[in-house]
Amino acid sequence: MKKLPGKFGTIAALLLVAGVVLIALGFIADRQRAFFNYIIMYSFIVSIAVGSLGIVALEYMTDAQWSTPFRRVSEFLSFGIPFLLLLAIPIVFGIHDLYHWAHKEAVEADPILQGKAPYLNEGFFIIRLFAMIVLWLIFYVFIIRNSEKQDKTKEYNLLTRNVKLSIGFAPVLIISMTVTAIDLIMSLEPHWFSTIFGVYYFAGSAVAALSAMVFMSVSLKENGYLAAQLTDKQFHSMSTLLFGMNVFWAYIAFSQFLLIWYADIPEETFWLHHRMHGSWGFISLALLFIHFVIPFLILLPGRMKENRFTLKIMAVWLLFAHFLDLYWLVMPNLNKESAFFSWNELGSFLFIIGFFMLVYKFKADRTNLTPIGDPKIETAVGLHLHPDISID
Amino acid sequence: MLKKLKEKFVEINSDLRLEERSNEIYGVTAIFETPDSVIEAAKKIADSGYEQWDVNTPFPIHGMDDAMKLKPTKLGYATFIFGSIGTLSALAMIAYMSGFDYKNIIGGKPFFSLPPSIPITFELTILLAALFTIIFTLIIFNKLPKINHPLMDTEYMRRVSSEAFGIFISAEDKKFNPDEVIGLLKSLGSSNVSLVYKFTIDEEKIQMPIFKPAFLGILAGTAILTAAVTYIVLNYVIYTTPFDWMTNQQKLNPQKMSPLFADGFGMRMPVEGTVARGFKPYEFLGKPDSSIKIVSNPMPYAKEVFELGKKKYETYCSPCHGNYGKGDSRLNGQFPNPPTLHSDKVRNWKDANIYHVIVNGQNIMPSYAKQINENERWAIVHYIRALQRSQNALDSYMPDDSNKK
Repeated sequence: MKKLPGKFGTIAALLLVAGVVLIALGFIADRQRAFFNYIIMYSFIVSIAVGSLGIVALEYMTDAQWSTPFRRVSEFLSFGIPFLLLLAIPIVFGIHDLYHWAHKEAVEADPILQGKAPYLNEGFFIIRLFAMIVLWLIFYVFIIRNSEKQDKTKEYNLLTRNVKLSIGFAPVLIISMTVTAIDLIMSLEPHWFSTIFGVYYFAGSAVAALSAMVFMSVSLKENGYLAAQLTDKQFHSMSTLLFGMNVFWAYIAFSQFLLIWYADIPEETFWLHHRMHGSWGFISLALLFIHFVIPFLILLPGRMKENRFTLKIMAVWLLFAHFLDLYWLVMPNLNKESAFFSWNELGSFLFIIGFFMLVYKFKADRTNLTPIGDPKIETAVGLHLHPDISID
Repeated sequence: MLKKLKEKFVEINSDLRLEERSNEIYGVTAIFETPDSVIEAAKKIADSGYEQWDVNTPFPIHGMDDAMKLKPTKLGYATFIFGSIGTLSALAMIAYMSGFDYKNIIGGKPFFSLPPSIPITFELTILLAALFTIIFTLIIFNKLPKINHPLMDTEYMRRVSSEAFGIFISAEDKKFNPDEVIGLLKSLGSSNVSLVYKFTIDEEKIQMPIFKPAFLGILAGTAILTAAVTYIVLNYVIYTTPFDWMTNQQKLNPQKMSPLFADGFGMRMPVEGTVARGFKPYEFLGKPDSSIKIVSNPMPYAKEVFELGKKKYETYCSPCHGNYGKGDSRLNGQFPNPPTLHSDKVRNWKDANIYHVIVNGQNIMPSYAKQINENERWAIVHYIRALQRSQNALDSYMPDDSNKK
């Protein structure tokens, strides 16, 4: 089993420490802004970690074989889920800085907040926050444990058990993602609501998780870790899936926009208004082009889908686009007039990269990159008639 | 009887089975029993340098493109262009229809704007991309619905459509030599190699199927039938029972007749003595001027009251009495003339008398009670007083610091 170079771990640790330092300084400098950044960071980590578990579940549910050679990439990335228990704790301390509905005087004066109080209150919020993590953790532990156990025992019924677990995980995934999005992001503006918000966050997370998987798979292949199992056909399929999910995200984003725009009801439109004025308007336009128009035009031609360089660039691009998307959702609630980006925001950015690199390395050093015990791996490798390939 | 019908049906549909084959070879077909063997064979044939050949399988086989050394298709570019035509046409169509031709105000939105145009644009992009791709590729290039391909109705095609895999090498190929090809295919492991002959009818002389009268006839017939059925259903059927149960309901719609009342009218007048909301019955309605009780104007001397009075006066009173109450509206010259409000009679009236005329009407002036509510009437009275004062101003009305003549 080829190990990742030591350099990888060092860079990861440096990024993580730099991120932590910047975040800590951010809390000292401007506490509220730091908490808003923290929400963006936490949502992004959930997107990728839980989204990756969703990718694993998707493969099991659809009995896909083409993705088995690199399923472990997503499994390693989903190792971020146990850490969510720690990462969620600062949010508990930030509820008063973040959420308007947590201020008793505001609720007493406002009938709308009173109406939402049975759901939007501190206690229930905290319960939901950790309940979601526990739910994800349960499925993570069982699915991943079965997958890793299969390497040694090569039992077939571990596969069927994982399929059943994945089928059970699907509704849990979409409901928990919806709850997370509503609680953490939508309730930042408690007077506003959108019934498609959960789907919007889910679509964005799907794009982010797929981008992370694509980027890691291409990089690993280029450095010889996943040598023979990945061919142009699989990159084409990965790329098509990524492209499709991105178009889906754009579809949901536009649906949300169009319905609010067309009905023109003030209780809904004000949220969009904040994001269309001043420098936020510029960011909104940038989001449209960065998240949809440019990736659409670049990933549409078939040649581009198989070009590994393009794939890597687009994967990183879309990860950045998802970060921009979360930023656009969260930050206008802090400052309605102008957008801003400085060292405070950089901290969360660096932390995320360092975090996932370390998470990945921890797992990759201990587990086989290819699921050699999975019955599907032989068909997967043999799919393109390379009978002389050995699995590393 | 049913059997005869079935036989007739089969006969009509399979007249091609009886179509004669010439002695000219069209090509050689070979059957393979497994996907692996057909892929291996395809690789070797591609390597051998044949160009006019094809593989026929009941389902797509992974890796066949590479085995056959097929070049990537350029179809995507064509579809992209068709799709772009769809996008541009949709936007142009909406811009013309909503922005120029029929400017309908919908919900206060601009006549042409991008957000609501997106769903239609998106749909037309997909539609034209798919439609034109099919029309060009299937109909024009592939000449579908072709009904006379030499491979049709052969044992080869029957097997290859369901449970075997096959390779076909055309006689048009430069390297074609019947014996060589048969030998090659046999050596590659084919279980059944056979020759296919062309039809006696010269294929070039056959009209493109889409223009054949029978095809066009069926197309036109389907279109006419669909149109006719739609027309009959939407104009007649939905008005007959039971399809009319939703349109003809027992409930009373405005201006409908009703069997419940003797006069047949569905719409009824309010009950005698009904008072409209916000209005009070006027106790001196219909009574002469002398009988009214004189009450003072309850509306205060406030700017808003005068502005209200002015607005209502200009709406209801000025068409006859003129903007300044001089009776000089465009009705001046008619008989009877709308009187001026600056006559001594009116100036000496109390406010309640003016109020009485507004509510009761006088001579040819109708009652305005239904149009003007109580407060507005008193406000009009105030305004009339202001007009009267303005047309009969005394010097003493001027402020002290102004020039007095």
